[in-house]
Amino acid sequence: MTGVGAAGIDATIGMDRGEFTLEVSLTVAPGEVVAVLGPNGAGKSTLLRALVGLTPIDRGSIRLDDVLVDDPAEDVLIEPAKRRIGVVFQEYRLFPHLSVADNVAFGLRSIGASKQVARTYSQEWIHRLDLAALSSRKPGELSGGQAQRVALARALATNPRALLLDEPLSALDIATRQDVRTQLTHHLRHFTGPTVLVTHDPLDALVLADRVVVLEGGRVTQEGTTHEVAQRPSTPYVASVMGLNLLRGKALAGIVHLDAGGELQAPDASMAGPVLVAVRPTSISLHEHRPEGSARNVWQGSVDTIQPVGDRVRVSVSGAPSVVVDVTRNAVNELGLAAGHAVWLSTKATELEVYPG
Amino acid sequence: MTRHSRSATSPPWPVALPAVLALAFLALPVMGLLVRTPWGHLVEILTSKTSLDALRLSLETSLFATVIAFLIGVPLAWMLARSEFVGRRLARALVTVPLVLPPVVGGIALLLAFGRRGLVGQYLDACCGVTLPFTTPGVVVAETFVAMPFLIITVEGALRGLDAKLEDAAATLGAGRWTIFRRVTLPLIGPSLVAGAVLTFARALGEFGATITFAGNLPGVTQTLPLAVYVGLEGDLDQAIALSLVLLLVSIAVLVGLRDRWLRTGSVS
Repeated sequence: MTGVGAAGIDATIGMDRGEFTLEVSLTVAPGEVVAVLGPNGAGKSTLLRALVGLTPIDRGSIRLDDVLVDDPAEDVLIEPAKRRIGVVFQEYRLFPHLSVADNVAFGLRSIGASKQVARTYSQEWIHRLDLAALSSRKPGELSGGQAQRVALARALATNPRALLLDEPLSALDIATRQDVRTQLTHHLRHFTGPTVLVTHDPLDALVLADRVVVLEGGRVTQEGTTHEVAQRPSTPYVASVMGLNLLRGKALAGIVHLDAGGELQAPDASMAGPVLVAVRPTSISLHEHRPEGSARNVWQGSVDTIQPVGDRVRVSVSGAPSVVVDVTRNAVNELGLAAGHAVWLSTKATELEVYPG
Repeated sequence: MTRHSRSATSPPWPVALPAVLALAFLALPVMGLLVRTPWGHLVEILTSKTSLDALRLSLETSLFATVIAFLIGVPLAWMLARSEFVGRRLARALVTVPLVLPPVVGGIALLLAFGRRGLVGQYLDACCGVTLPFTTPGVVVAETFVAMPFLIITVEGALRGLDAKLEDAAATLGAGRWTIFRRVTLPLIGPSLVAGAVLTFARALGEFGATITFAGNLPGVTQTLPLAVYVGLEGDLDQAIALSLVLLLVSIAVLVGLRDRWLRTGSVS
């Protein structure tokens, strides 16, 4: 927990929207990326609007770099324009009447920089995000991925104290999404302030965030590192979305050699170079003895933790690779699973999603 | 191939015949005006004192009416589009009244409100000695009453169509309310502001019924172009035709200028 006097975001937020109540505590350290993960209607957008200052909170307080920006008890409410929080909105919200260059320079012009100064400084961001060739285009002439980069450049060019990203990848088609996600990881790594990433896609959280805060029905139901949350999901929602096994490795002739040890058969042999492999916990089976059959990927491991969630049980297994596996309660009994137990794991090559990382 | 495509695009005669008739019906009066225009001494007629007075008065009052409509109409459009207040639906209905009200009724209504013994007029007369009927300011009042709804409806439609999310985005980038209005809102509704103003000006320029009822028909004071045309009909027909030609040219200029915008605002409102 970040105490008084600390930099970053330190918020305790209570808001009432008719029947819906939002009660969230959120701290984000400088340089840290926190994903706020939740289903539709969990209150993610409300939380984001509160942090930005577009909706005042009803209870609690929001501090930004130890400056109070919203506190109804103290009668403090700093307007959005004065908070200096860079926001990459869902659908990006680029100004349609301004060129890419003018969109990026907008923030600097707004806080009083001359046209010349704003241009010069924003050029730096235009180059950094590889937008130079597009700088005279209007937003209507950009692809989704390009628009996302403009939105990021526009937010970062104001030299913000914090960065908020609202579903930054949801407007993209699946083919470009993976590409843009990789680029985004790179750019977020260079931002020194706190970053909040609002998303309903667990993959965004796994790839981009250091820590995840799960929001359900206006409450935080779980938080921790992505690894912790995946291993020990505390609600069925978390179990269903988190726990995607994400493994890094290098592909060569249809085999992925994993960085953390072990290798897996890829679904096709065309991929080469650094890759990410995603496997759902339900796609992996556990066995007492080495399984015979069609599964191409078989390896051995030992049970770390067993966590019942709803009608299923999440089993964390260390091995090469270490993974989390979802099994039924019956399976746990039949296999006599317990911590320290040796097991065989298997998964079909077709259950793996392999993409360039 | 050729025969096939021709039969697909050529309409059946029960459609084609009335359509041609309708077009002719619209075109013939314009042609009549052009054919009967006294081209020989057109310049002479248009530079006569009556014509010049009417022309000057029309331009001045229409411009004034447009400016007033802009100053009070745009804020009202903003209120109607952006804020919740009691009686908003009523206010919106009220805005459309001058559009459907016969202008002569509008003139009577203005007399009852701003006439010497009118609802408000009696106090204007008593406290400040201001009388509107049968004065040039009275012409401006009549024109504003009839023409302002065009501006309000056009701008309100544009503001409604505008995404407030863009204004929120501008706020997060450090822009204050005035900057947002100037650099985001205004440019985005700019075309509609221009279209609304031009429509308002054109409507004010053509105003007849409310003007003659409320402001009378005094040459040089309240006799605008349409009124001069009407008077010309009884005396000097050539003058009536020449002045009509001027109004026709203004209408065509407005039409051409708004060709694209008119269609766009039409779809918004």
